[in-house]
Amino acid sequence: MPELIVTKDIDAPGMDTLDGYRQYGGYEALARALKEYQPDELVELVKLSGLRGRGGAGFPTGMKWSFLAKNDKTRYLCCNADESEPGTFKDRMIMEKNPHLLLEGVIITSYACRVSTAFIYVRGELALAGRQVERSIEEAYAAGYIGENILGSDFSLDVILHRGAGAYICGEESALMESLEGRRGYPRLKPPFPAVIGLYGGPTVINNCETLATLPAIVKNGAEWYASFGTEKSTGTRIFCLSGHVKKPGNYELPLGTPIRTLIYDEQYGGGILDDKQLKAIIPGGSSTFILGADKVDTPLDFESIAAAGSMLGSGGVVVMHEDTCIVDAVLRMTEFYRDESCGKCTPCREGTYWLTEILQRIEHGDGKESDIDLLMDICDNISGKSFCPLGDAATSSITSSIKLFREEYEYHIREGRCMVGAGAALVASH
Amino acid sequence: MISEQAKQRMRDLAVRYPVTRSAVMPALYIAQQEEGYITQEALQAVAETIGLTVDDVESVATFYTMYYQQPPGRKVIKICTSISCYLRGCDALVSHLEQRLGTKRGETSADGNYTLMTAECLASCGTAPVLQVNDEFVEEITLEMADALIEEWNRELGVVSQMNSPDSASSDGQAGSTKDFEPKTEIKL
Repeated sequence: MPELIVTKDIDAPGMDTLDGYRQYGGYEALARALKEYQPDELVELVKLSGLRGRGGAGFPTGMKWSFLAKNDKTRYLCCNADESEPGTFKDRMIMEKNPHLLLEGVIITSYACRVSTAFIYVRGELALAGRQVERSIEEAYAAGYIGENILGSDFSLDVILHRGAGAYICGEESALMESLEGRRGYPRLKPPFPAVIGLYGGPTVINNCETLATLPAIVKNGAEWYASFGTEKSTGTRIFCLSGHVKKPGNYELPLGTPIRTLIYDEQYGGGILDDKQLKAIIPGGSSTFILGADKVDTPLDFESIAAAGSMLGSGGVVVMHEDTCIVDAVLRMTEFYRDESCGKCTPCREGTYWLTEILQRIEHGDGKESDIDLLMDICDNISGKSFCPLGDAATSSITSSIKLFREEYEYHIREGRCMVGAGAALVASH
Repeated sequence: MISEQAKQRMRDLAVRYPVTRSAVMPALYIAQQEEGYITQEALQAVAETIGLTVDDVESVATFYTMYYQQPPGRKVIKICTSISCYLRGCDALVSHLEQRLGTKRGETSADGNYTLMTAECLASCGTAPVLQVNDEFVEEITLEMADALIEEWNRELGVVSQMNSPDSASSDGQAGSTKDFEPKTEIKL
């Protein structure tokens, strides 16, 4: 079992309090960062570590920081803790169990990026996570880790917790900023990117919760140490959120490059498929990523290998489906999500996700037409890349990939009016 | 009635942010705590303290699903129905709760005790299926656990369960037929 980085000691008693966190070396990285590093040196350190964003896109973190516009406008940091990608549940765990780790990452990042006001945007539904982060902020103010002249340095920082209120779109960075500014969460057109014109018009760095929680370990142990985990281009570890038809679902932190098979079947992790059934399909990075067939089970879980296999590592949400899963119904479920969560700003996404759902519903319920498969593909083509933000694109991923991999199931549904596999196979469609 | 104390909390929030307007979401939460949902008075109080028009505040309040536009039940139950919970049988859980509470998804029971909602992925996929009651998680929930929860909720609410007593409901995992529902208010989300 490799040494864990982000989840290290996460279940230690009292870890969610300041005292407990300090017992395990908490805030030592911050002290070292302030004492031993100039801000730009920290940016270089993170670049060297190879750390890439853990939210979805996997953009190199140090490079993102170095893109911040150099002007006299106030800079901001937003921690994106609006975790809502179906199949993803790591940020909630970090916030509930080790909120100070996140906070220490926020403070280090703020120092590195010369930010004096940082926001932690916590998803509204995650009430306990919000309370834990709020308490950790209060404790950190009282202990002098946030506020004026932190640990006797000339660095000062204000940290504000901002709770979302139920909108998946606010996990998209520009919508998150709109929401923070007190508006409806409509995405902004890019460019300009947040690093140039972001929150309140200032240069803004937006990092995912897990990304920020990785930083204290990098400062403490060095870039080379971090890069010694994982692969050459996908360094470090990642928390993989394993769910669906496995015996032991849960969060497992593993070095990048670990094969999907290990995560699913190893006794230390997933422990195999539920009821020892056959693996059918894998969603490797949350419901916005392309579905992979069972033949891809030996693919290493790193950015490059998963891309080569035809999908994305995304948010780290690995959803496993076994042989009894009706692909049409599962895809319908995922598509309904995007229909409900489309913010409605762009027509292709707003109308397209609605029609995709309608068509999938009629196929699932036995009223599909032969032309429906082509129609689905055509609508996906008309959504993809034609909206402000990637939500519409995300909605098409499961549809296009499942038609490619399981076309015969769609055809069977249309022809026979019922599922080819699973519980629905035995029922005559009654809808 | 929005108390002066609540309004003061809103004003305090407004100065905490670099731009006052950013306080509109937390202020709406405060107003909702006071009123139970987003009333006209809630909108007005937020508008006054933050310095926006009522329409502007309403446009924000109606975008986010956690600001209730109708009075919710005393227990708001949200069942996750996204992909991971779907693969772990959340649909049977939804049907079971609909039957046991005599309330369909998206509705509030006639006595105002329960609002039953389905929710998008609640970040609890490793412990699916999952529900939240008044924002607190109950994870890895079985139909038997759901029955025990209903008993507990009913006790808390001082409700004697009548037509939906545990005896009349199936606890073997089979969702029963839909009974006649009382007239319900639909929660607009």
